[in-house]
Amino acid sequence: DHDGVFGLGRVATDDEIAAWDIDVRPDGTGLPVGRGTVADGEVLYTDNCAVCHGDFGEAVGRWPVLAGGHDTLTDERPEKTIGSYWPYLSTVYDYVRRAMPFGNARSLSDDDVYAITAYLLYLNDIVDDENFELSNENFAEVRLPNEDNFIPDDRLKEPHYADKKEACMTDCKPGPVEITMRARVLDVTPEGGDDDESV
Amino acid sequence: MYTIREERVSNKPKDNREGAVTSRRRFLQAGIAGGATLATAAMARAEGDPLITEVQDWNRYLGAGVDETPYGMPSEYEAHVVRRDVPWLTADPVSSVNFTPLHELDGIITPNGLCFERHHGGTAIIDPADHRLMINGLVDTPLVFTMQDLMRFPRENRVYFLECAANSGMEWRGSQLNGCQFTHGMVHCVVYTGVPLKHLLAEAGVKTSGKWVLAEGADASAMTRSIPMEKALDDCLVAFKMNGEALRPEQGYPVRLVVPGWEGNMWVKWLRRLEVGDQPWAQREETSKYTDLLANGKARRHTWVMDVKSVITSPSPQAPITHGRGQTVISGLAWSGYGTIKRVDVSLDGGRNWHEARIDGPSLPKALHRFYYDFNWDGSELLLQSRAIDERGYIQPTKNELRAARGENSIYHNNGIQTWYVQADGVVENVEVS
Repeated sequence: DHDGVFGLGRVATDDEIAAWDIDVRPDGTGLPVGRGTVADGEVLYTDNCAVCHGDFGEAVGRWPVLAGGHDTLTDERPEKTIGSYWPYLSTVYDYVRRAMPFGNARSLSDDDVYAITAYLLYLNDIVDDENFELSNENFAEVRLPNEDNFIPDDRLKEPHYADKKEACMTDCKPGPVEITMRARVLDVTPEGGDDDESV
Repeated sequence: MYTIREERVSNKPKDNREGAVTSRRRFLQAGIAGGATLATAAMARAEGDPLITEVQDWNRYLGAGVDETPYGMPSEYEAHVVRRDVPWLTADPVSSVNFTPLHELDGIITPNGLCFERHHGGTAIIDPADHRLMINGLVDTPLVFTMQDLMRFPRENRVYFLECAANSGMEWRGSQLNGCQFTHGMVHCVVYTGVPLKHLLAEAGVKTSGKWVLAEGADASAMTRSIPMEKALDDCLVAFKMNGEALRPEQGYPVRLVVPGWEGNMWVKWLRRLEVGDQPWAQREETSKYTDLLANGKARRHTWVMDVKSVITSPSPQAPITHGRGQTVISGLAWSGYGTIKRVDVSLDGGRNWHEARIDGPSLPKALHRFYYDFNWDGSELLLQSRAIDERGYIQPTKNELRAARGENSIYHNNGIQTWYVQADGVVENVEVS
């Protein structure tokens, strides 16, 4: 039903595209019409999210931490959360709508996702008003703190790549080489199937 | 990985002496078993090997008929050659990873059943009759294809490695996992059969404003990644076969994206949609994940290419030397997302002196290369390293060079040189050296 190089496939209908094309870009392109408040989000979050992510986004067990970690990105152990690390709020909306709750994806309404996104802003101290309402109209006004800290891939400017020297073949290090760290001392490698040393 | 709670990856006790003793005992037991084998062999030489002088069962009795295993499996004596996982790495086995047993494999092709798995919502089970692939966005005609439609486009066969961006990621802070399966096993290499992505895009007609392609999976994570149009039109494939047979379910059956040389996360499995746009989408897997935090708090994004890398697969911690001194084969893998591997060097002394290894078998761009270094082991301790150089002249860096440039919190893209400490008894250990 279409022209084309090979004449294969058929034209996608508008409903089909709407059903699958749910991605949202940082400029807000793709956002559905809708809205939700922090207060609504707290209820939804408590019912659908807190079992893994904790009541305050602090996480249960090893599930992802969603809030906190501000100013830790240069620490020895950074805490990378929505508030401390993620560049764009669009990613929060998109990902929650696309893939959460884990094990029951696509179960939240568009308004539910706005409300949960608003609550995640609240948990991250990016909004402080429980009556704050996030909608497709004010969405693009919200900026996350770490947006400006992402840079393009510049690996090839690193000295070991930029200086394409001949590889040293002989006497490349002075004196004997010393062992500085041993995985066996750490001992966290799974071994046979009958034990559990994996901590 | 490290996706779920990468920071926990290195939160292991740093000085678990009790654990070390336990582990040491295991290695010694393995050594004793090897010694017993040698003793039996010596006796056999004196009196005549009963495996030769006595008729064996398999020489007397009939074996299985041809219809015993319609889909064959490896010998029962290869039961240890399996994918393994590291449970503490991730919060849940559904959004998790396992590892190819590189230490047991040779050549450059990974058997389908041993290719490492990485899922974010488990393995989707999809009847190919129910699968659809949509192209929409900045195209002249948005299209829907069935699998039957896809099978009517012109096909290509290509051999490529697929390496997880996080391969070796647990080793950024130092030696942690004892075995190349665990330190380097998030890689595999198969022959893909598929349709060039450019054919599908041409069928829909990309508008001149179309600069990016969003690939999306049909699984419960609905995995998405933004791919620049230049790459999409270059060498990406929409693949439905691996090593001649249909994709395995865990590898995206019935159809996946192949993004040669680029980080495995972009090779979207269970591919259901391709959207053309004029900007990247900044999806979760290219913002929260698969961005590389540097020591200064900045993070690189769009670090797509997998750099030049290699590892000695044997000897290695899971493949100790059990034959004693004398002729010894060092076997390993090298690869680069920039093309072919031009040379691999091997060091026996922790990088002080290097010897050119022998690359054997096909040398294909963006594919695994097999190298060997054959030498006479005198039984002394060794610090084995391999160093790959690709066709662009990029030399595999040391871990310390990478850390100097990036710090220790990048998680992804650790292609640093691996060191194996071979002890006099043939036991091999993952170490770092000065």
